[in-house]
Amino acid sequence: MKKKKIDCKLLRQLFWSMFTLSACTFGGGFVIVSLMKKKVVEEHHWLEEDEMLDVTAIAQSSPGPIPVNASVILGYRLHGVIGSLTAVVGTILPPMILLSLIAVFYDQFRTNRIINIALTVMRAGVAAVICDVVINLAKNVIGTRKILYITLMIVTFIMGYFLDISAMVIILCCLVTGIICVIMDVMKNKEDK
Amino acid sequence: MPMLLKLFVSFLQVGLFSVGGGYAAIPLIQNQIVNVWNLMTLEEFANLITIAEMTPGPISINSATFVGMRLAGIPGALICTFGCILMPFTICLILAYYYYKYRSFSGVQTVLGCLRPAVVSLISCAGLSILTLAVFRNGKVDFSPDNLKFLEIALFAGCLFLLRKFKLGAIKIILGSGVVGTLLYLLIPGLL
Repeated sequence: MKKKKIDCKLLRQLFWSMFTLSACTFGGGFVIVSLMKKKVVEEHHWLEEDEMLDVTAIAQSSPGPIPVNASVILGYRLHGVIGSLTAVVGTILPPMILLSLIAVFYDQFRTNRIINIALTVMRAGVAAVICDVVINLAKNVIGTRKILYITLMIVTFIMGYFLDISAMVIILCCLVTGIICVIMDVMKNKEDK
Repeated sequence: MPMLLKLFVSFLQVGLFSVGGGYAAIPLIQNQIVNVWNLMTLEEFANLITIAEMTPGPISINSATFVGMRLAGIPGALICTFGCILMPFTICLILAYYYYKYRSFSGVQTVLGCLRPAVVSLISCAGLSILTLAVFRNGKVDFSPDNLKFLEIALFAGCLFLLRKFKLGAIKIILGSGVVGTLLYLLIPGLL
């Protein structure tokens, strides 16, 4: 983390990655996070897959928009505080420019047919990208061959999709499960001694 | 209180208290802008949310920029967005510092291990809801033929094939699906 020189090339890459991601994604925070995972883990190899999932969990649990939070942590990992600033500016610039323009040309935008069609059909592409990311992630969870993780994945999916329980509550439940596991490990070690 | 300061204070609170992502922020923004400061009517606010949902980017940043721009021009847009991300930025920086300091501890690894499957599920839920919006005309899971959007289904299948088989980048896929889909809709009017 403590680099003396500023790596301009890395910062530039970071900025443009965040800029393009933010400019092309619709919908809630997890949509952008899954695209970020594809770009950051599969294309640039900046983070490992587990790390990206941790970053997502942290981003979800702290206040503020998930994509902004995730880019702060990613930026910090790559280039300290300067990296964070770069990543955040990259993330917020596209919506800022776009929404400023829309605020000015509000009525033209709302009634333009081509813009409306394009925004609607793009959802199919976004859904395909998320589907691709989920297939890879789920494969890896199953690949750990740990019954606890696989069960957690199925149970949290049911909680989120069918029971409509909020992401925050789901993360908290898993946090509690994790802490119980740690306590059980500690007790087991004591017995062994 | 001057307008810019009002906007800054409102969005500082929105940023600080919107735990749990974009949609959690909407009632907060509504409360600040419509009820506390009377900066917009409820109807204007409803339009704003539609626009913020339609356009790319995080919904709270979108609404911050939009509210700021409508009420106080470019300085307003800058102040609102800055106010909105100031607290999340600081808090996440602190969390990132502690995460990278302690993440190799075995206890921390166990807890994080239990969080990861949940994140996978949450991402797939987000994916399923956007897929439902994309392929069903009424936005609900209902497989009757006149409720299915066949063009979107074909686009989805094609994109997924390109992603799995040729590992194309996400941005190319999304922009590509937008261009191809729009052209097809315009060329074959019967599809709409």
